[in-house]
Amino acid sequence: MKENIVSVNNLSVSFDYQENFLSKKQKIKAVNNINIKIKKGSFFGLVGESGSGKTTLGRAILGANKISSGNVIFHDDDRDFDLTTITSKEMKEYRKKAQLIFQDPYAALSPRMTVRDIIAEPLEVMKITTSREETDERVRDIAAKCRLNLEHLRRFPHAFSGGQRQRISIARALVSNPKFIVADESVAALDVSIQADILNLLKQLQQELNLTYLFISHDLSVVAHVCDIVAVMYLGHIVEMAPSRELFSNPRHSYTKALLSSIPSVDPENKSKAIELQGEIPSAMNPPSGCVFRTRCPNPTHDCKEGNIEMGLKEVSPNHWVDQCCVNCA
Amino acid sequence: MTHLLEINNLDVKFDTDEGRITAIDNVSLTLDQGKVLGIVGESGSGKSVTAKSIMQLNPGNTIYNDNAEIIIDDENVLKFTSKNDLKKIRGGKVSMIFQEPMASFAPAIKIGSQMVEQLMIHKPLDKNKAKNISIDMLNRVGIADAEKRFNQYAFELSGGMRQRAMIAMALSTMPKLLLADEPTTALDVTIQAQVINLIKDIIKEFNMGVIFITHDLGVIAQVADDVAVMYLGSVVERGPVNEILKNPKHPYTRGLLNALPDINNLDAPLTPIPGNIPSPLERPTGCVFRTRCPNPTHDCREGNIEMALIEISPGHWVDKCCINCG
Repeated sequence: MKENIVSVNNLSVSFDYQENFLSKKQKIKAVNNINIKIKKGSFFGLVGESGSGKTTLGRAILGANKISSGNVIFHDDDRDFDLTTITSKEMKEYRKKAQLIFQDPYAALSPRMTVRDIIAEPLEVMKITTSREETDERVRDIAAKCRLNLEHLRRFPHAFSGGQRQRISIARALVSNPKFIVADESVAALDVSIQADILNLLKQLQQELNLTYLFISHDLSVVAHVCDIVAVMYLGHIVEMAPSRELFSNPRHSYTKALLSSIPSVDPENKSKAIELQGEIPSAMNPPSGCVFRTRCPNPTHDCKEGNIEMGLKEVSPNHWVDQCCVNCA
Repeated sequence: MTHLLEINNLDVKFDTDEGRITAIDNVSLTLDQGKVLGIVGESGSGKSVTAKSIMQLNPGNTIYNDNAEIIIDDENVLKFTSKNDLKKIRGGKVSMIFQEPMASFAPAIKIGSQMVEQLMIHKPLDKNKAKNISIDMLNRVGIADAEKRFNQYAFELSGGMRQRAMIAMALSTMPKLLLADEPTTALDVTIQAQVINLIKDIIKEFNMGVIFITHDLGVIAQVADDVAVMYLGSVVERGPVNEILKNPKHPYTRGLLNALPDINNLDAPLTPIPGNIPSPLERPTGCVFRTRCPNPTHDCREGNIEMALIEISPGHWVDKCCINCG
């Protein structure tokens, strides 16, 4: 039995960008030299602000974005899928193993299909089932696991609330019996009372079906609650990565510290001021040289300020990785 | 002492193809100068409709009840009919900032022109003076290079900067009341922290009243003095922020707090509120919360109890039905 389900090695993803048709083509590096290993059965969290490359990384792992350099390997029980060299035939096989849950349950479901058809579609497209009876059985089975009843299957998405729709999206993602799920901001569009319900459901399904999640979110308190291990992204780089308890009790990177202090406390008497970072996340078109965080670092060293230090994760305590530049700054 | 804003017995109904929908049911609120009133609740609870009623921005199919009052400066806004009267309110005495700063600016007009235009409508200023005030305002909300930004379009600004520009524009007419409808929801946490601090500074500086609408109890805890918790168009609990968040009496308020992931207590389970918020077309009779109440009494379940807030400790009002249930 293999320990990891996904290994990402020196992965970079860049997009071509041309200001207008006369200007020179530029490359925007959305994801830069990422190394992560996702353990089987883990709930791997990816946090960061908008534009940090979280979604691009998730999509690259699913083979939905072209990989510019490095590789992504998916370890199945009996074989490995290398996404840089994957053939379209293998890709079809891979799609059954790795699935995506989207952010907005209002946009992700076709308004003209019944819930049964929505959940059954992956089975039909991937030709997993051979008869209608078999399809129906799989659909009913997964719908029950996602707490949808038979009555729901006959209706159309408009009849459902946000939380129920998200359960339909989850059922659709799980119907092909995948092993790995990328949940991209899957609770961001939901109200808090329903968000808790969906998070509990994801946890429960993980145990029942032996799933591994890559959970992408901008909400640190949600990530802290559900994830075993968390990676913090900033401008295409992972700047800190640690088991979640360690990360939240002992953050080492100034960016992680600032993020944590920015969460407004529910206690009105706790008026501790957020560590305010200067300015905003720089444009990915024109990232700072050296350490990408140096333009907002509260106390950069001389070398850091000059952009002389290359980025790279360093293990500061067991399993706690921090960008080497910022270990010195903080 | 008179209040800056007084809302009494406000009902709002919408006429739609599917029937008449009750959006707001008997809401009464007050706000004093220099204070922040937070309104929390889930989507569909009527937070935004309440705020929009103050500026009469609700769509044409809206029906207000006859005995409702929204009083600003001894004038009942709901009785205003002429455009000139409404102008005094919209952008004059009251300004509003919205959730999505990209959608609130016209995309093809420079930020500066939009600021100057609205300022000249409300104040007897010439173009140059209006421009100076606008640039000064942009400076005050912490926009670097204000003069350059003044001549840019909304798409050239980042999300946080757009929201700052929006706040600058809302404040330039020196309103007495600011309505902030989810002003930080679309922003990243670090930017949200900046905007919250900015709004707090501004309240001190301008001494105005603010209605701050959000679904995030953490944000409420940090900015508000008083809170009103809304559910399905009714205020179910209101009072000073400390009292409501530390000693919540209504099961819905408690449910919201329990459902919130707390970063300081990772072992606490996340408890969702059972059931779904009912459709406004199927609004429960009696207590609106009874379909999701954890332990309703017999009378409550039958819908026999009318909703009404009672004061259980100074300033702390809770719906009377749910005091018996909880």
